[in-house]
Amino acid sequence: MEAILLQILNGLDKGSAYALIALGLTLIFGTLGVVNFAHGALFMIGAFCAVMLSRIMNYSRVIIDESRTDFLGNPLKVEVPYLHDWFGPEIGQTMIEWSVPLAIIFSIPVMWVVGYVMERGLIRHFYKRPHADQILVTFGLAIVLQEIVKHFFGANPIPTPAPPAFAGSFDVGALIGFDPNVIIYPYWRLIYFAFAALIIGAVFAFLQFTTFGLVVRAGMNDRETVGLLGIDIDKRFTTMFAIAACVAGLAGVMYAPINAPNYHMGMDFLVLSFVVVVVGGMGSLGGAVLAGFLLGVLESIASMSQVIEYLPGINQIVIYLVAIIILLTRPRGLMGRKGVMEE
Amino acid sequence: MFGLNRGDTLLLLLVAILTALAPFLLNPFPEGSSLAQFNGGYPDLMQRFVIFGIFAIGFNILFGLTGYLSFGHAAFLGVGSYAAIWMMKLLTMNVIPAIILSVIVAGLFSLLVGYISLRRSGIYFSILTLAFAQMSYALAYSVLTPITGGETGLQPKLSDPRVLDTMLGADGTSRANLFGLEMGQSWQMDWNGWVFTFNTGYYVAAFVMLIAFYLSIRIFRSPFGLMLRAVKTNQNRLNYTGVNTKPYTLAAFVISGMYAGLAGGLLVAMDTQVGPERMFWTASGEVVLMTILGGVGTLIGPVLGAGLIKYMENILSKINEGLLEKWFAFMPETAGDIVVTVLALFTGKGWHLTLGLIFMLVVIFLPGGLVGGLIQGGRRMFRTGDRSADRKVKSNQTPPTSTPVE
Repeated sequence: MEAILLQILNGLDKGSAYALIALGLTLIFGTLGVVNFAHGALFMIGAFCAVMLSRIMNYSRVIIDESRTDFLGNPLKVEVPYLHDWFGPEIGQTMIEWSVPLAIIFSIPVMWVVGYVMERGLIRHFYKRPHADQILVTFGLAIVLQEIVKHFFGANPIPTPAPPAFAGSFDVGALIGFDPNVIIYPYWRLIYFAFAALIIGAVFAFLQFTTFGLVVRAGMNDRETVGLLGIDIDKRFTTMFAIAACVAGLAGVMYAPINAPNYHMGMDFLVLSFVVVVVGGMGSLGGAVLAGFLLGVLESIASMSQVIEYLPGINQIVIYLVAIIILLTRPRGLMGRKGVMEE
Repeated sequence: MFGLNRGDTLLLLLVAILTALAPFLLNPFPEGSSLAQFNGGYPDLMQRFVIFGIFAIGFNILFGLTGYLSFGHAAFLGVGSYAAIWMMKLLTMNVIPAIILSVIVAGLFSLLVGYISLRRSGIYFSILTLAFAQMSYALAYSVLTPITGGETGLQPKLSDPRVLDTMLGADGTSRANLFGLEMGQSWQMDWNGWVFTFNTGYYVAAFVMLIAFYLSIRIFRSPFGLMLRAVKTNQNRLNYTGVNTKPYTLAAFVISGMYAGLAGGLLVAMDTQVGPERMFWTASGEVVLMTILGGVGTLIGPVLGAGLIKYMENILSKINEGLLEKWFAFMPETAGDIVVTVLALFTGKGWHLTLGLIFMLVVIFLPGGLVGGLIQGGRRMFRTGDRSADRKVKSNQTPPTSTPVE
């Protein structure tokens, strides 16, 4: 029981990432009808926003400390970040340590611009083209984006630590009546899950309770009629694309401490996220979120040693296996709408 | 000739001549000159040209004719490779049984995958094939290690039984061969500084590719091929007229799977080793790139695309910064530095960037791929017919595989 609970918790953080990326993919697909293979690259750019901000904040000048010497007897060179000079050593250090949460603020405008430029510059010309063309051009774009990132940040993963305040683990088990130290869970993963839930809730609330969201939902149902009513739906859909890019970017920013960002992390997540979207049902926002958490949790349950004993290798293939079964038994995925993506 | 019309015969002959003369054509620069970098005429690369050509030709039979975009074709290539290496370990180092078995095994595997995946179309089909390929990759990496060798992969070893070889009295030291003719054997011709290499393995693979190419022309021109095109244009309409399309699409899927298996078997025949990374989804993505780059649904396009990508992978990636500096040493220092810095972005380790950019440009501006673009450009230049002919070509090259969701 404890082991299962622990695995469910472990699955939640990966599931959160899947759900956030899949949500963005579905937003784009539902509004623009475009299959965006570059969405994983947006996730990766988000993670590198965190890396970039922590690099910028660590930008330092070198001073020579005469009072101390290094092992050769020369005066020691000490690197002092500029933030220490500007805000004093204490506040400066705190800011550096909190670079990942601060990167949330930094990444939103960046992702917004990236998303906006991408939609206006490229995707817009592909509305009327076949889905295969959309997949291919965004696939090409993903290659280009990740190569650019690789050029500037190198091919190795870059560790980006979470603030030290969240470095420890949290005893979840003790909270709900199990023995202490049985179910412990890193703080940051808990935060990631809460953060993902917050974002997902915000997106749904935005679509459900604002006039803008109302128009967008109407446009998702029947674009032509909304256009005939004199609403510039394209402009709003562009905004939705930018929002989807921000969602993917934020998912990436917060994921940086869990998994050191490297340039191909986006592609690794993209393949799985597509499986998630399809399992959830193309065009269904709720389905995408549900399937994201479901597959994340299933994946981590399948990697329990008791399960592997009976079904060796199941942890590697469970997601794909579930995807195949669901697609064959429920042709439109878990919550797919009728008439979406069916020739 | 061979049941082809005049144009196709000419195309086949042209391809045959080009592949036969490839050691000359791909080595246009003398050895030791500064441009020798760009020579693609060494055996390893030439073998890859034709083998991946076969892979792309097969993929084109599925994607080009039926419009079903498979994202898991590397699985068949990998399965074919494993079958071939086992044949070499157990039976004989002769490549013929290895290649035959790889085609059969890949065919059976694609029958299974195709039977299940073809129940869906569009992106659902793509995801299903992707799921199968990723599953094969993950299993080859982990649980199936006794069969696949896991991470290290498989190579022939001295201790392998090789029943047929032992019966014929050979010891375990033999290499991959065709009735004694070793695949790795090369013969070099030196002519005034130009060095041309003729490799047995290349010619064996090229011969197989010509057969594969011929078969693909026959399929394209057959009533079966016409039926597949009808599936691409409008599957619903076919179903309404009472045609069951499943056997046709399944046959196309299996044929293209067998082509992939053939390519996998040949890869093993050339350098006797195989690892699971051959089945990773990026490998499946690569064959999609090749086909699109060259021209979907054209006969020669996939071969060109495969050649171009493999050439870039091997030649462009070799150009490093030091070499660039040498080339642009004649320029003033600052200007030279700028040029080198910019070009270094696109060459060496950054060759993927060039690939991505070229690929995007092709998809955006030349939906018919390079071959489609050439045909279009040719028509525009020598406009003989009226405008409607031009439009007809255009609509032939980009038939809607699906209607975008509004």
